[in-house]
Amino acid sequence: MTITKEPELPSQELERVTIRFAGDSGDGMQLTGTQFTRTAAVFGNDISTLPDFPAEIRAPAGSLPGVSGFQISFSSTEIHTPGDAPDVLVAMNPAALKTNIGDLPAGGALIVNSDAFTQANLNKAAYAANPLTDGSLKAYTTFEIPISSLNERSLEGLDMTTKQKDLTKNFFALGIMFWLYERSMDPTLGWIDSKFSARPVVAEANKRALRAGYAFGETTEMFHTHYRVRPAKLAPGTYRNITGNEATALGFLTASKLADRQLFYGSYPITPASDILHQLSGYKTFGVKTFQAEDEIAAIGAAIGASYGGALGLTASSGPGIALKTEAMGLAVMVELPLVVIDVQRAGPSTGMPTKNEQADLLQVMFGRNSDSPIPIVAPATPGECFDLAIEAARIALKYMTPVVYLSDAFLATGSEPWPIPDVASLPTIAVPNAAADGGIFQPYLRDPQTLARPWAVPGTAGLEHRIGGLEKADGSGNVSYDPDNHHKMQMLRQQKVAGIAGDIAPLEVMGPERGELLMLGWGSTYGAIRSAAERLQAEGRSVAHAHLRHLNPFPTNTESVLRNYRRVLIPEVNLGQLLLLVRARYLIDAVGYDRVRGKPFRIAEIVEEAERVLAENEST
Amino acid sequence: MTTDATNATAPVPTQPALSEENAQVIALTRKDFVSDQEVRWCPGCGDYSILAQTQKVMPDFGYKREDIVFISGIGCSGRLPYYMNTFGFHTIHGRAPTLATGLKAARPDLMVWVITGDGDALSIGGNHVIHSMRRNVDINMVMFNNRIYGLTKGQASPTSEFGKKTKSTPVGSIDTPIIPLTIALAAEASFVARSVDTHTEHLQQTLERGGRHKGSSFIEVLQNCNIFNDGAWRDFTDREVREDRMLVLEHGKPMIFGKDRDKGIRLNGLTPEVVTIGENGVTEADLLVHDEAAEDPYLALVLSRMFWPDFPVPVGVLRAITRPTHDRLLEDQVSAAIARSGPGDLERVLAGGETWTVE
Repeated sequence: MTITKEPELPSQELERVTIRFAGDSGDGMQLTGTQFTRTAAVFGNDISTLPDFPAEIRAPAGSLPGVSGFQISFSSTEIHTPGDAPDVLVAMNPAALKTNIGDLPAGGALIVNSDAFTQANLNKAAYAANPLTDGSLKAYTTFEIPISSLNERSLEGLDMTTKQKDLTKNFFALGIMFWLYERSMDPTLGWIDSKFSARPVVAEANKRALRAGYAFGETTEMFHTHYRVRPAKLAPGTYRNITGNEATALGFLTASKLADRQLFYGSYPITPASDILHQLSGYKTFGVKTFQAEDEIAAIGAAIGASYGGALGLTASSGPGIALKTEAMGLAVMVELPLVVIDVQRAGPSTGMPTKNEQADLLQVMFGRNSDSPIPIVAPATPGECFDLAIEAARIALKYMTPVVYLSDAFLATGSEPWPIPDVASLPTIAVPNAAADGGIFQPYLRDPQTLARPWAVPGTAGLEHRIGGLEKADGSGNVSYDPDNHHKMQMLRQQKVAGIAGDIAPLEVMGPERGELLMLGWGSTYGAIRSAAERLQAEGRSVAHAHLRHLNPFPTNTESVLRNYRRVLIPEVNLGQLLLLVRARYLIDAVGYDRVRGKPFRIAEIVEEAERVLAENEST
Repeated sequence: MTTDATNATAPVPTQPALSEENAQVIALTRKDFVSDQEVRWCPGCGDYSILAQTQKVMPDFGYKREDIVFISGIGCSGRLPYYMNTFGFHTIHGRAPTLATGLKAARPDLMVWVITGDGDALSIGGNHVIHSMRRNVDINMVMFNNRIYGLTKGQASPTSEFGKKTKSTPVGSIDTPIIPLTIALAAEASFVARSVDTHTEHLQQTLERGGRHKGSSFIEVLQNCNIFNDGAWRDFTDREVREDRMLVLEHGKPMIFGKDRDKGIRLNGLTPEVVTIGENGVTEADLLVHDEAAEDPYLALVLSRMFWPDFPVPVGVLRAITRPTHDRLLEDQVSAAIARSGPGDLERVLAGGETWTVE
């Protein structure tokens, strides 16, 4: 291809762009997406990302199950979701095209690696005819670029095999996108240098691939314009890009410092929670101790053991692992020790779809134990908020001497957004109910009258020798008791202790009119989609508000009064109506649900549509 | 395998350092370790003796009461922590080793005992026994083996004999029993021993050795459940027969047993055999010499599989080797990281890699 320098292309200003990179799981799509994200974040756009990858590490190359995708939305205004649909789809092979083209709206831009559209790859993707030639892509603005061969040519002379060279083609594609959206290559070039410092040839190849892609965009006559998305006007501060799992790990690290307690993390590898273990295992200089246990039960057992010893015990898993931890969670309820159980939810039941999103463990963590066994539950709404809710979970656990469940999910865990770096000095410290010997017989179940928390009597404290366990405790003394009235009293006390936390948490806030036709109530990672839907409807003058619960047990005290301020309450959830069940049971409010469990986050448009349907019902009655 | 008596010297037990402050605890007696709780095992249960010997040896370790923690699972054995005037945690079925692992990791300064039974340790908690041993968590695990589920009133346990008739196996168990010591050795336990509830002096010595060992100690105590499996070990533990039917292991000594001290264990190829000294030209020099400190576990594995009626039942310390403990290794990683990069800087970690500022 002859490349001649063209005059400067016109630049078009856009408010928001959503790009989806899709390719084989060996094609480096997650890395490509992450690099674009970093670049957009550092540039100052608001961003939101949605990685979407298969559970198989390397499904057969070119196959449909092996397709890996990464969607990033970047904007000059504040955004809450990674975008309902991509504006641009980059498809590295036929399988990626087939699995993703359905999401690209008519008129959307499609960039394909035409080299990958061989008969063999078309067969693997079950294409009867080549979509590049059969006219089936007419609705899109399609750019066929022979990425593999162009990239290989740019690497001529490097001491690498063809296969090795082919591994860098994702950076060629990234280079094109950088040019198209006026992005600097510098952050990525710097990343390549540090990542491959030990392998200069690989570093050189990746840099050349990136530059070649960029140069291709600049010189080809294929693109008639490039696009500018200006920095967003975010609140002043210093920002970084952060995923939910990162923020979770940082939140608990910070909480341990605020409480001045050692952080102990017991965990068994499970998608999508494992990254928390990876990250915390790197915090040894903070004295963090991590323990990769033999199973989920050992992981929580060790965390309870550490808490018994005076540390902040933490364990994490996803739904299937939480099921295994259930009995030990009951023990933590009985012995009233601080503990945080992180549940990074994924699509189920059973093994389900391990890398896909769902928020369907709410009732599991709420009720999934023998007997009445109350445990406070918190749930972050955005990746960045995982930091705050981790601290909140630890605060409740330590102040009230109770296990706490922290409900994240796959979307929060791997999705990312810009995060204003908090000022550590401004964060309140966490007080801990330490027991001290007073010379009398120590009573391990004598409660603080305000919080109902029992004292934390840590081994090594003279005069506090005592015995605890899973058998029912006599109120006060903590001795084993089978007394009927004592059991009733203790069941009530455990329930009241958790219920009482309602007075110590932030009230439910409303975005929108204080009263009106419709309130959309959500929890967890649906925040962005519901908030955007509410904003859209409000902009149309509709009487719609949004409230989002961060505390699911207990609910904030003002929950009922907020809900009663609206004619209808709509609860969109990525489950079959779990919060709906709790709200209806608790408040006898005739809320309606909107449930979609496809392993994906909500789209804004579908919530808008559902809200409009409910509003129309209001009008007709 | 080292069987040369001249090379084998008795290993020096690891004594915890006694600070001046700690020296006062030497004054503690058995009574100081008796809690105010009424003991509620069946009259005649072997657990009473294990409790008594445990309380008796406790003052010898040089730990203060508040620095000792007893953790148990579920079963009759699980009640023991309530009767010890130390810190105690009666946990859930089979999981005591996991809590002990976390506690010891967070608090290496504590002396941690795990009290368990054959069902608790080898059925529901088998996985945790294996992994706590291979990690060499510095705990002392005392497993009460009565070959029956007592608290649930008499079902077959993983150590019940093949063919054993119980409530749950009315026509006989069809499961091959587990050999606890073999499991512990296979799991790389650094201290493996066996004793008997009624052999009080031997039990005290064994608990004392296990308690002093740095790393995972696995002590099987053959214990009698007089309600659901009375006399489970009687055939070789009774006073009249025990000298002929049990082999008391002593480090560096030839394996001799019998009332007349005339029987011994010889290795024939890979198989042990019982021989009589003085018969067929057998002399003491032909006998196996016990070496509990052998790095490899072969001798201990051979001993673990010897059982009545084919062999005298070995009691005492089968294995006691030194290797780094889990809590030590964990602490070392923390201190090495701090030595290398200094104490963690929270603000720097929060800021992460790339940042940008919005004015």
